Amino acid sequence: MEDLRCREFTDFLLAYLDGELDPRARAAFEEHLQACPPCRDYLDSYRRTVELVGTAWSPCGPDDAIPEDAPEELVHAVLEARRRA
Amino acid sequence: MAPARPESPNDPKSAPDPAAEERLVIALRSRDEDAYEQLVRAHGGRMLAVARRLLGDSEDAPDAVQEAFVSAFRSIDSFEGQARLSTWLHRIVVNAALMKLRTRRRKPEQPIDDLLPTFEADGHHREPGKPWQPAARLEQREVHRLVRENIAKLPDAYRTVLVLRDIEELDTAEVAALLEVNAGVVKTRLHRARQALRTLLDPHLRADRE
Ligand SMILES: [Zn+2]
Repeated sequence: MEDLRCREFTDFLLAYLDGELDPRARAAFEEHLQACPPCRDYLDSYRRTVELVGTAWSPCGPDDAIPEDAPEELVHAVLEARRRA
Repeated sequence: MAPARPESPNDPKSAPDPAAEERLVIALRSRDEDAYEQLVRAHGGRMLAVARRLLGDSEDAPDAVQEAFVSAFRSIDSFEGQARLSTWLHRIVVNAALMKLRTRRRKPEQPIDDLLPTFEADGHHREPGKPWQPAARLEQREVHRLVRENIAKLPDAYRTVLVLRDIEELDTAEVAALLEVNAGVVKTRLHRARQALRTLLDPHLRADRE
């Protein structure tokens, strides 16, 4: 574990962010993080990706809130399917 | 500040008055057609958004919602009062969308391996990445569009796990049960999906892009 390389660092990212690494693996991970700028950049962009996924469907302002109302077409289709069922 | 996701099943803003919800469930159990319409109007929009995230903007998404409502109405007697109606419907529409995904014809997909990072024999990055631009410098609406477009490019097996875990906020065990795979497979697919999406976003978001 002392000799953790970029490949293992990358493999452990998800477990690290989920807090699932055991203390020894976590220490090796953090040591590599300190010493390797490309892995720091990789961790940063991975984390940003997760955040971006979480907000990709959020409204950016009051004007583009996703309408909560069901489109009329959908309501009709669903009620029609119910009558047929 | 990230705005709350209005379509999240756990969003307290969308929490209806529990007494009203109980009345609605009672009416649904007595096969009241008006109650059914009320249910569809109250939840259909959010359910359609969930189906679209899993199925894209095809006709499959409204079809999945339609099937979800038919199955919800059929099984309303099994709805347990402890769960929220929105949470229950969320699970039903996720199931309906996954069913559609399993039965529809696959479109050609880019292999996920093409989008994963590569390493030299000594374990170092083959192409060390470049830092990304600070979030503040990016036009939010444009970035949201970019992210949605690129999520849609992921192979079905990976996109599904990414959407269910990172957007619909199901836990690993729930996703594993829905997809009938073990928890390890869910974690591996989630990690690969995030890495692949990172690769797809990288040319647009890196700081040295100009
Ligand atoms: Zn490294």
